[in-house]
Amino acid sequence: MAQHTLAVLVENSPGVLARVASLFSRRGYNIDSLAVGPTEDPKVSRMTIVLNLEGHALDQVSAQLFKLVNVIGIQEMQESGSRQRELLFAKVAAKRSEVEALIVGLSAEIVDERDGSCIIQAVASNKDLAELVKKLEKFGIRELVQSGAIAIEFGAKTLAEQTAIETGLATSDTHQQTQDYQN
Amino acid sequence: MSNEITGAQSLVRALEEAGVDVMFGIPGGAILPAYDPIYDSKIRHILVRHEQGAGHAATGYAQVTGKAGVCIATSGPGATNLVTPLADAHMDSVPVVAITGQVPAPAIGTDAFQEADIRGITMPVTKHNYLITDPADIPRAISEAFYIANSGRPGPVLVDIAKDALQKMTTFSYPKRAELRGYRPQIEPNSESIRDAAALIAQSSKPVFYIGGGVIKANAAKDLLKLAEVVGAPVVTTLMARGAFPDSHPQHLGMPGMHGTVAAVTALQKADLLITLGARFDDRVTGKLSTFAVNAKIIHADIDPAEIGKNRYADVPVIGDLGPTIRALTPAVEAEFKKNKPDFTTWWRQMNSLRTTYPLGYNEPSDGSLSPQYVIERIGQLTGPDAVYVAGVGQHQMWASQFIKYEKPRTWLNSGGLGTMGYAVPAAMGAKVGLPDTPVWAIDGDGCFQMTNQELVTCALNNIPIKVAIINNESLGMVRQWQTLFYQGRYSNTDLNSKRVPDFAKLAEAMGCVGLLCESKSDVDRVIKESNAINDAPVVVDFSVHRDAMVWPMVAAGTSNDDIMIAREMAPDWDSQEL
Repeated sequence: MAQHTLAVLVENSPGVLARVASLFSRRGYNIDSLAVGPTEDPKVSRMTIVLNLEGHALDQVSAQLFKLVNVIGIQEMQESGSRQRELLFAKVAAKRSEVEALIVGLSAEIVDERDGSCIIQAVASNKDLAELVKKLEKFGIRELVQSGAIAIEFGAKTLAEQTAIETGLATSDTHQQTQDYQN
Repeated sequence: MSNEITGAQSLVRALEEAGVDVMFGIPGGAILPAYDPIYDSKIRHILVRHEQGAGHAATGYAQVTGKAGVCIATSGPGATNLVTPLADAHMDSVPVVAITGQVPAPAIGTDAFQEADIRGITMPVTKHNYLITDPADIPRAISEAFYIANSGRPGPVLVDIAKDALQKMTTFSYPKRAELRGYRPQIEPNSESIRDAAALIAQSSKPVFYIGGGVIKANAAKDLLKLAEVVGAPVVTTLMARGAFPDSHPQHLGMPGMHGTVAAVTALQKADLLITLGARFDDRVTGKLSTFAVNAKIIHADIDPAEIGKNRYADVPVIGDLGPTIRALTPAVEAEFKKNKPDFTTWWRQMNSLRTTYPLGYNEPSDGSLSPQYVIERIGQLTGPDAVYVAGVGQHQMWASQFIKYEKPRTWLNSGGLGTMGYAVPAAMGAKVGLPDTPVWAIDGDGCFQMTNQELVTCALNNIPIKVAIINNESLGMVRQWQTLFYQGRYSNTDLNSKRVPDFAKLAEAMGCVGLLCESKSDVDRVIKESNAINDAPVVVDFSVHRDAMVWPMVAAGTSNDDIMIAREMAPDWDSQEL
């Protein structure tokens, strides 16, 4: 699996999202999702970036990202050591009673019902949301809205407390040589 | 309040505080408020003829002095004309600070006259950039810009300032130290990495120093000389590192890469260890990456952690400034060698054989016309290793890297990474401003020269007496060489007719320079000496050379370094070499 989740602390300055997006676009890194929001420090924003790194080493991506002057810290959110959640809204053509039975035990609730249509809200992991969507498909999903993932590391330590990340030196396990090309 | 000044005055004071003594630029609407205090400032402002010239001049100035070069332009087209030199400085890690005017803050985003989102445009080609709309932010932005440009891996920084921020009143307070939470370059190398690197060197039997431009940026050439002599291994210097190690030194095998020497290219290919200092495994050095130095372990020392493992896995990465890195590595190697001194005798025998069998050379044209290599070689020999040589991009650039002998850092300037045709004249101008007492020769092509020669007017009017050798083969020579080799001699759009039009000597005279023409070998020395004797005006020499000369050796793009050719369809005779 080439998917990784990075938590990135950035200075809350104009253009910082464009810098990150520009870097990923220029170097050919694929973003599955990106969520940005405020933090406990008003001068700092936090991005949670889910990456699909076919052909790129995570260490190299981190090092390139860390070169941006506005990037303060980066940490990979390991699946086992962190909590990761996404928010989903789905509008389906069904009655509350039909939907309720289906979403039991799936961290989902019905937040609106009118004109024979329901809105389901769910907060769950990407995998669980995918499962929910699959179940809802039987009603016909008329509209689907999904946020990027946000993540927090378990334990007392915070990302902001880390003064610097490990600079991401390539190891033989993660390194993949750039493909040959001609120009 | 009496101590209030305008944002424009604040900008100029900040530039003075930053130690700027010269800047290159052109005024225009949005930057106009800044030009009023510039009129009174002790900073010398050189009015160029095109903003691209200002950017390359700032680069040339920075390359010879080691100080950040400064260029200034107005909004919109003024700013976009800086994009090429900024991208050029970014690729070659040159400290440049660019100041641009922006339309007034309330007009930003309205597609106002001469509005361009230069911060957005230059994001991928600068180390960092700013858009300033509050005059109170100007001194801090300037202080940070110089700190970021000069520190760590150097690079260009752009500061875009809205016109109304230049006009509004503010108080001036210049932060002596830039405080940046997200920017902390690592200077001192990790001692464990140094020990590991020294151990690898002691275990090697076929090591090579792969030296990049970082050694020059770090002012570490003297430290390198000592380390190289302690280790005793062959040294190769990349295009950006010519001059980082003396060409006359017996350990120097020359330049590696697409047009490198057979010995330098083969040394990298056959090595069991590359001691990589401030180099980045560029495709022009490695050739086909999967076949590059396949048996070599890699020590990779660089100040930029993102270079480690980018193209080639590093067995021992060393992050830090190359000065402290090399100074720490030298005693560490000495200590290892006391325990176990490796023997490089066989390795040196192999390399010396390649060096003597395949020296750099060229054939004189059979029709008696002038050889471009000869011209460039004689300029170097008659002007000497204390002068500064600045090349454009193409065949003449490669010949200037091959046939001029460099003994000192910061004497060879060229556009290595971006390959910017038109770099030479304005960069030479900037270099001459930085080192007014040093002879500066631009070695240019007839194609390159026609892209930026307008700056000779700037040179003539501002007492910047550079010398320009136009290696006139009346074509886009390197492209023509590729057409000869890979496109069956179909010379699509590479014939410039520049022996007919323009008349370069007349053009030079029209721009206030001395214009000379040289068409025969017997005149070459006389014309070069005549040029070297002129110090009160720029000199342009049109060297009318043979058009079919080619750059050799050559590793064709996308092929392996193992397939290096010493002439057309001629590989080295590997069977006769003990490798």
